[in-house]
Formats: sequence, C-alpha cells, structure tokens
Amino acid sequence: MLEIKGLKVDLEDEDKSILKGVDLTVPAGEVHAIMGPNGSGKSTMSYVLSGKDGYTVTGGTATLNGVDLLAMEPEERAAAGLFLAFQYPVEIPGVGNMTFLRTAVNAQRKARGEEELSAGDFLKEVRAKAKDLKIDAEMLKRPVNVGFSGGEKKRNEILQMAMLEPKMCILDETDSGLDVDAMKLVADGVNALRSEGRSFLVITHYQRLLDHIKPDVVHIMSNGRIIKSGGPELALEVENNGYADLLAEDA
Amino acid sequence: MALPQRKQDATDARLAAVTLPDGPAWLTKARKAALARVSAMGLPARRDEYWKFSDPTTLTDTAVISADLADASDREFAGADALMAVFVDGAFDADASDDLEAAGVTITRLAQAQDITWAGDLLGTLEARGQSPVERPLAALTTAMATDGLLIHVTGDAARAVHVRYDRKDAGADVALHHVVKLDAGATFTLLESGAGAARFMSNMEVDVADGATFHHVRAQGRDTGRRMNTHTFTRIGTGSTFKSFTLSINGALTRNDCIMDIVGDDATAHVAGACVGDGEGFHHDDTVFITHDAVGCESRQVFKKVLRNGAVGVFQGKILVKHGAQKTDGYQISQSLLLDGDSQFLAKPELEIYADDVACSHGSTSGAIDEDALFYLRSRGVPHKTATTLLTLSFLAEALQEIDDESLGDDLRDRLAGWLDRHQS
Ligand SMILES: Nc1ncnc2c1ncn2[C@@H]1O[C@H](COP(=O)(O)OP(=O)(O)OP(=O)(O)O)[C@@H](O)[C@H]1O
Ligand SMILES: [Mg+2]
Repeated sequence: MLEIKGLKVDLEDEDKSILKGVDLTVPAGEVHAIMGPNGSGKSTMSYVLSGKDGYTVTGGTATLNGVDLLAMEPEERAAAGLFLAFQYPVEIPGVGNMTFLRTAVNAQRKARGEEELSAGDFLKEVRAKAKDLKIDAEMLKRPVNVGFSGGEKKRNEILQMAMLEPKMCILDETDSGLDVDAMKLVADGVNALRSEGRSFLVITHYQRLLDHIKPDVVHIMSNGRIIKSGGPELALEVENNGYADLLAEDA
Repeated sequence: MALPQRKQDATDARLAAVTLPDGPAWLTKARKAALARVSAMGLPARRDEYWKFSDPTTLTDTAVISADLADASDREFAGADALMAVFVDGAFDADASDDLEAAGVTITRLAQAQDITWAGDLLGTLEARGQSPVERPLAALTTAMATDGLLIHVTGDAARAVHVRYDRKDAGADVALHHVVKLDAGATFTLLESGAGAARFMSNMEVDVADGATFHHVRAQGRDTGRRMNTHTFTRIGTGSTFKSFTLSINGALTRNDCIMDIVGDDATAHVAGACVGDGEGFHHDDTVFITHDAVGCESRQVFKKVLRNGAVGVFQGKILVKHGAQKTDGYQISQSLLLDGDSQFLAKPELEIYADDVACSHGSTSGAIDEDALFYLRSRGVPHKTATTLLTLSFLAEALQEIDDESLGDDLRDRLAGWLDRHQS
C-alpha cells in the first residue's frame, strides 16, 4: 500500500534537515503505529506525504499502490486514497462544515470518475456517521472546526475520514486531547473502517490508543529515521521505559 | 476664493461642453444652481484630499473612453419580484419596462416631471447639503446634467420592489441620471439597481427617509470591464428609521461609489456595505463613505470587502463624524481586502471624528492573502486548488453579503461571485 524508501526532507526556508532517510512499508490491510520523541519528524513525514508546502524532498521515494505520491498535488493524493487526520486540525471561518465535506466527497468522486453523491444521500450518510461519533447536528452546521473543542476537532477528523473512505489513513496524534470515552469512539470508528483494502498509520505517544486499535507493527522514529520496528510489545516497552534504551541501542 | 489655474481651466473646458436638459422651471433652477456649485468648487483633481487614491480624469474629461459591451444575457435579480424600469444608455425604454404604477409608490420620470412639489423641495437639496464638509463637485455636475431618472414617492408599505436596470447598446455612451426617493413616515421600500449603464455612467440618488421609514437598496454594478462609473448616494435619515444599502461591483475600469449619510433623527439605523472583485491593472474600485451622526442613539455600520488580483486596485475612504450631542452613537466600520497575489493594492483611509463623549465607535482595516493552512487543509481533503480558493474567498466576502437582508438576493449575488472567482483563477 504505502512504501517509503530513503525519504529525506529539508525545510524549504531554513537550511535544516528533518527527515534523514525514512524507510517504511505499510502493506494493504495492516495497521502500523509510529511512536517517537517530540520533534523526531513524525508530523513532518505525514505533511510531506500529503503534499504540504514548505518542505524540500532531497532524496528517496514515496508511493501509494505503486503511484508516486510526491509528484502529485495534495488534492490528487487525496483522490488517490491518502488521508491525513491532522495533529492540529485547521479552523476555517466562513466555510460551513457540511459544504466543506460535501465539496470534498464529490470532488474526490469526480476526480476518480465516479458519480457525485446527491444532497439527500450525502445528508443521510453524514448524519449516520456523525451519530456514531457522537457529533451533534449543530456542530455540523458550524464553520469548519471553528469553536470546536480539541476533542471535537479530532472527532471531526475521523468523521471526514469515514465520509471520504480513503485507502491509506494517517492519524497524527488523533488520540491527544480526547477523553477516555471519546478515544473509544474514535477507535471504534477506525476499527469499523478496517478492511483488507485499507491501511492505517497511527502516530501516537501513548499505548492506550493501541489497546483499542491493535497495530500489526510498531515503528520508532527518532531524529528523522525509523530506528526500530517490532510488534505491539514495542509500544508497551516505550510506555514502561521511555525512549532512552531504544535511543542508546540505536547509537 | 479663486480656483487654482489648472483646475479653473479644466472646469471651464468641461462646463463649456455642458448643455442643460430642458425641463420645467423648478428643475431648470435646480440644475443651474448645481452648475453654479460646480463652478465654485471646480472639478476634482488628483490633488484633492479625497482623490489622492483615485484619478478622476476619465470622469471629468469632456471626451468619453468607450467600453466593450459585456454579455448581458445573465441578469442580476432576474428572479426577484420587482417592478422593472429599464434605461438603455440612459434613455428610458418603455417597452422593456413595467407600467410604473405600484401599490404604495408613485413614480415619475425626471424627463417628464412637471410640477411635483415634493420633488421640487428635495431634488439637489440633499446633494447640496452633502457638499460640506467635503466637496463633491461630480455630484453637483450630475445633478445639473442628468437627463432622466426616477422620482419615487413612497407613501406606505410598498409591496413590490422597484428594479432599475441599466442596459447598454452604444459602446461610447456618456450618461448622467438622477433619482430621488422620498419615503414618508413609516413607509417601506426596496430599490434594486443593476447593470453598467454606459461607457461612462454618472448617477445620483437622493433618499429622504422620514421617521420610522425603512429603505433597502441592493445594487449590482455591471460586469463590463471597461466601464467607468461614479455614483453618489445622499441620504437623510429620520428618527427611528432604517437605511440599508449594499453594492456588488464586478469588473469595471473605474468605479467610485460615494455614499453620504446624514443621520438627523434619534434611534436610527444606517448600514452601507459592498463587495467588489477585480482582476488586472485596469481595475480600480473606490468606496468613499461619509456618515454624520447628528442624533442620539443611532447605529451606523460600514462593511466593505474587496478581492483583488493581477494588479487590481481597491480604495476605501470611510469617515464617521459624530457631532456634539450625538450620544450613544454606535459606529462600526470594517474594510478589508483579500489580495490574491502580490501585485494588487488596497489603499484605505478610515477616519473617526468624534465630538460626543458617550459613543462606541470602532474601525478596522486589513489587507491579507489566502490563508495557506486553510487552503492546504481543504486540498488535503481532495478539494481542488481552484475550488478551495473560491470557497475561502467567498468566506472572506460573507460578512459583506450578510448585510443583505433578503436571502434570495444575497444568494443571487453570491452565485455570481462564485462564478467570477472560478473564471478568474489561473
Ligand atoms: N516549518 C517549520 N519551521 C521550523 N522548524 C520546523 C518546521 N516544521 C518542522 N520543524 C522542526 O522539525 C522537527 C520535527 O517536527 P515534527 O513536527 O515533524 O515532529 P513530531 O515528531 O511530529 O513531534 P511531536 O511529537 O511533538 O508532534 C522539529 O524539530 C520541528 O521544530
Ligand atoms: Mg507531531
């Protein structure tokens, strides 16, 4: 599904290298987790994969089902099936949540040559999915993320993911800011989407989310590289001992 | 006081080319008085304080620069239930217009006016009042030269709006019109205007809003790229009355909309708003507003938004004057531009002059670009760059469009803006 090879990334405006050769493969149907100290490059990697400006790729490749991600515009990547749940979802005053979602769903369908969703069908689907995530109808009427609490923003990300049905979902610290019940809701939302043709890359600092969303593989990122990969037990090790041992091992 | 020589020469040259239209004695008198005001003030020049940002030359020149006719098939407010009055290159088109008789409203054409006492008392009066403290010679020139226009007297609750449409046929027409609207106490009325009107279109509108009356004005200025337009709205606002005006400007080589609002009665509401979009160095749009608060407990509101690209220029000059004793005044003013590239320019001159001590006035002016984070967020969800830019631009314009009370009129204009934005993106 997602294949990243030797990915090196610098900041565009500063002479600073952030990713220093990331190698990562997420096969179809699997859930992988990435953990790693603050500032190690996890969000940067997810931004670069989604096509955010401000970074220069100086080496390596990233493909989604064999298609070169890095050559595409952000909206093309989305239409190709990539989705990023933002660590910090953006507030967009003046653009209604519903307008935004419907525009996005239909733009992707159009880009893939599929038929657009009618207003009625769309509404039905959003309502059902919002209900599962306990997002109330009033919130949907508001401008995108404006006035949403931290946890509401994260749930809104998952609602978007549920509506867009992407193939490759990257969740950047979706658990941070969620209360215990909301984390369970979000995990249920993710688990409901798990399927053979869909993969997840879950960035998190805490084992707790991984209790609900069982990862197949856990990767540790440090200083712009994946320094270790292993099974779910690796997350427990981090939870109990922190990163010190892993970093020492790598050095 | 003698005018500077250059101004005197320019004024003399222009006035030499003016022939006053025929009309009844009272009207000729008003026209001559207006002409005398122009002579005394002289025509505007770049050096004048309120013309620093906009060059009036193409408005004052004797010759007119012709402007290509835009496709006029898709007309604004076509769906609105309104009595139509159509002017083609400034000439009234009776065939295209409705019978100008509607419930609660009396309409007479200026070109056919005989002895109309109320109009005689009003025509040129609000314009003349509006010459101080800032001179507006082009308004006086328009009062003098206007060949036609509507004299509208609203005595009650006007069930239907009046829609004045300005069509074009001749690429080089030079037109001046003058409307007078008088709302009696407690009357309500909505006036719509649309179209470019002429290659050079000068228009005055004097609106007298008596106590407890309500006047709504929604205007869409034609999309003809080369048109030049100068409009003046003068209004006197009485106790407990409401005046609301919104203008959409799409394209145009030069647009200068002057709005002079005189709040003379307590507890009145005066709103003026506008949205404009322009593409290219040939676009220059200027909103100049002067609001005088001369009564207690009144609210005024100015909301102006401009979207500019490829070297387009937007100007906003807005002044709130709160006179002695105009306590409990609530004055709000916001002017903002969204610059879609680095070549465009927004020039703003917000002014407050306050002589009362118990007032709340605020003003703000900003100039900014599209929010890159919001743009990326939308694109990351699959919304194409162009659509995302349009969505964000419409959200920028929303505060101005919300000033239109009638939702369907607002939607009509929003759709036009969306269409324009889609067409004007690389
Ligand atoms: N636009 C930027 N300007 C300056 N520094 C940046 C920028 N983007 C990222 N960085 C730096 O790059 C490094 C990696 O940041 P990134 O946000 O990817 O870390 P992270 O692994 O997601 O951290 P966290 O766990 O705290 O979310 C940090 O040192 C950060 O300060
Ligand atoms: Mg991060």
